[in-house]
Amino acid sequence: MSQNSEVTNAKSPHRSLHGRHRLDRWFVRFCQATAMVSVIMLAIMLTAVFYQGLPGFSWRFVSSAPSATPSEAGIRPALFGSMWVCGVCALFALPIGVSTAIFLEEFKPRRRVMRWFHSFIQLNISNLAGVPSVVYGIIGLTAFAGMFGIMGQTNEAAFEVGATYFDQFVSEGDRILLVPADAAGAPEPILKSGLVALTSSGESVQVNVIGAKSRLPKQADVRAVTLREDAEAGRISKKTWYYFRLPLGRGVLTGGLTLMLVVLPIVIIASQESLRAVPNSLREGSLGMGATQWQTVQNVTLPSAIPGIMTGAILAMSRAIGEAAPVLIICGIVYIGSNPSNLMDDFSVMPLQIFNWAARPQAEFHSVAAQGIIVLLSLLLSFNAVAVLIRNRTQKTLS
Amino acid sequence: MSVINAPYEITDVVHHPSRRRSPIAAQIGDRLVRVMLFLSASLSIAITFAIIFVLFRETFRFFGMDGVSVGKFLGSAKWSPLFSGEIGIWPLVAGTMLVTTVAMVVALPLGLVTAIYLSEYAPRKLRAVLKPTLEILAGIPTVVYGYFALTVITPGLKFLHEGFNVFNAFSAGLAVGILCLPTVCSLSEDALHAVPRSLRDGAYGLGGTRFDVATKVVVPAALSGLVSAFLLAIARAIGETMIVALAAGATAQMTADPRNEIQTMTGWMVQMALGDASHEGMEYYSMYAVAAVLFVITFSLTVLGNVVRKRFREAYE
Repeated sequence: MSQNSEVTNAKSPHRSLHGRHRLDRWFVRFCQATAMVSVIMLAIMLTAVFYQGLPGFSWRFVSSAPSATPSEAGIRPALFGSMWVCGVCALFALPIGVSTAIFLEEFKPRRRVMRWFHSFIQLNISNLAGVPSVVYGIIGLTAFAGMFGIMGQTNEAAFEVGATYFDQFVSEGDRILLVPADAAGAPEPILKSGLVALTSSGESVQVNVIGAKSRLPKQADVRAVTLREDAEAGRISKKTWYYFRLPLGRGVLTGGLTLMLVVLPIVIIASQESLRAVPNSLREGSLGMGATQWQTVQNVTLPSAIPGIMTGAILAMSRAIGEAAPVLIICGIVYIGSNPSNLMDDFSVMPLQIFNWAARPQAEFHSVAAQGIIVLLSLLLSFNAVAVLIRNRTQKTLS
Repeated sequence: MSVINAPYEITDVVHHPSRRRSPIAAQIGDRLVRVMLFLSASLSIAITFAIIFVLFRETFRFFGMDGVSVGKFLGSAKWSPLFSGEIGIWPLVAGTMLVTTVAMVVALPLGLVTAIYLSEYAPRKLRAVLKPTLEILAGIPTVVYGYFALTVITPGLKFLHEGFNVFNAFSAGLAVGILCLPTVCSLSEDALHAVPRSLRDGAYGLGGTRFDVATKVVVPAALSGLVSAFLLAIARAIGETMIVALAAGATAQMTADPRNEIQTMTGWMVQMALGDASHEGMEYYSMYAVAAVLFVITFSLTVLGNVVRKRFREAYE
């Protein structure tokens, strides 16, 4: 076609072939440029984090507790808190999520009412997936931490197991005497001679009480168990690893259950997809052999769907580790210097600790936040790598 | 699979049955398991009802307090429960909308074009780079985006233009947009992918260029899926918390200027969770009312998305 005819063509309402091809080429270039934006964004983000965080990064940061001085701050309690919370979350979310997925995919009912129920649950789950995670935080705060207010206040336990309370008396010198108390809210004991107390080394002794102004006895062993009658006590508690209370309070268990609410729709949807990928011929074969529906699921469907379910589960857990908003609503910003030791312990998680550092005005804390991000991202990327590995290892066609 | 050497090793390749039981025991087991599965599936409904129950009970308690009324909540345009007791929700809604608008201006076009590229054009090599990048981008915790907005985007914006506040809606919106990009992209790509090949082949057969096929055939055919993907992304942007808590500030005001400091609905909830506000006061319960509004908005967006996908789907065999 000559150049001339194209010019006349351009005047017609239809674009010329040449023009359309040119438009097409431009569009491809535009698409390429746009698609690259996400890659560039990721590159900038990672560069910024590593640029700010890497110079000060050391093993000490991973192994020490948060501190008011930026150079000494560390992430260990938050790291352990994240692990505890995610463990609890996985313990609840995976069985419930997978069994819901099995119910929806493998036990499709014939009756009309049940069919309606099925589609209702399905719709409900897709709606739950769209609920913002802050809202789940508020639900967790009311439902788990406070038990809807039925069981008393969040901070005062209505029922507890595994905790012992003491009144701690500190008198002159470094003598510490612990007088057992019945409960957290019990009144202080009336000090009189003969009261049984524990020394700091765990020995059971009888307390010798003297007047507020009288002189201390001379003998060292008597002096060690002597208290003045106006001695002030502080209520302390010793909690075993199985310490449990109701309402659950703002502890690890509440955090894990709340994150369970957040990731449950994700686990269900991923498990459903993985179950759907199992070819029907396998099920029919098993049912044809006389197996019941559950036997089919147990021996045929579930084993072949497990890799997919595991991939989904790992991705859901990495979502749970990165989630900060619900945990923030539940426990606020708390200063935690030690790892959690029971399910009711106060905790902090890594994203929350990072938020705490990033929100401070001092620029030094921004680089501490960047170090925290490096730890968090490396954990998440290794999670993702494991998921990809499982996916690649087990990718085989079953039909 | 291993090679079978001896006949007795046949058990290695046969799937082990769980247990040998009488058929009746198996039937009973089947029933039991059904009940268990039914219960765990019902839990999702229980969660929904718990959400509705908690939010509405505490919201009613909020409206029953002194100086609080539905009229003030919806009729006033000032929000400062902590100082003057003003409880007009609109500044928070306006802040949320401002951030969401900025985010969607970034995420929707970028995500759609990237999805078109991935599903219609991308050579295998580029796909191998883009897909994992998007997956990583989707897996990065939101607090990292917040940090990015605060320490990179905001200084960059201030460098370009002096008028930007330290905390501003624009940088939060940009970060939320980047966060939503993978959602938009992967859901749109699913929708585009579902368009049958025959339609494309037909369009090519009529002499269409790739541009024509993509914009005049594939995108219109996938429109319902695209719209529901967009609605989902909008819902996600409205509910996003950590980014706005870090980068958008904490001043609730009615403004259309994204350079200003604003507060979103989620931002208010974070401020309440962080602050020392008493757990009995009106300002604390306002958190539940704001959460109820947020829940109603995002829930209706997801329902709308489902309706769009079901009702307006172009069904191809």
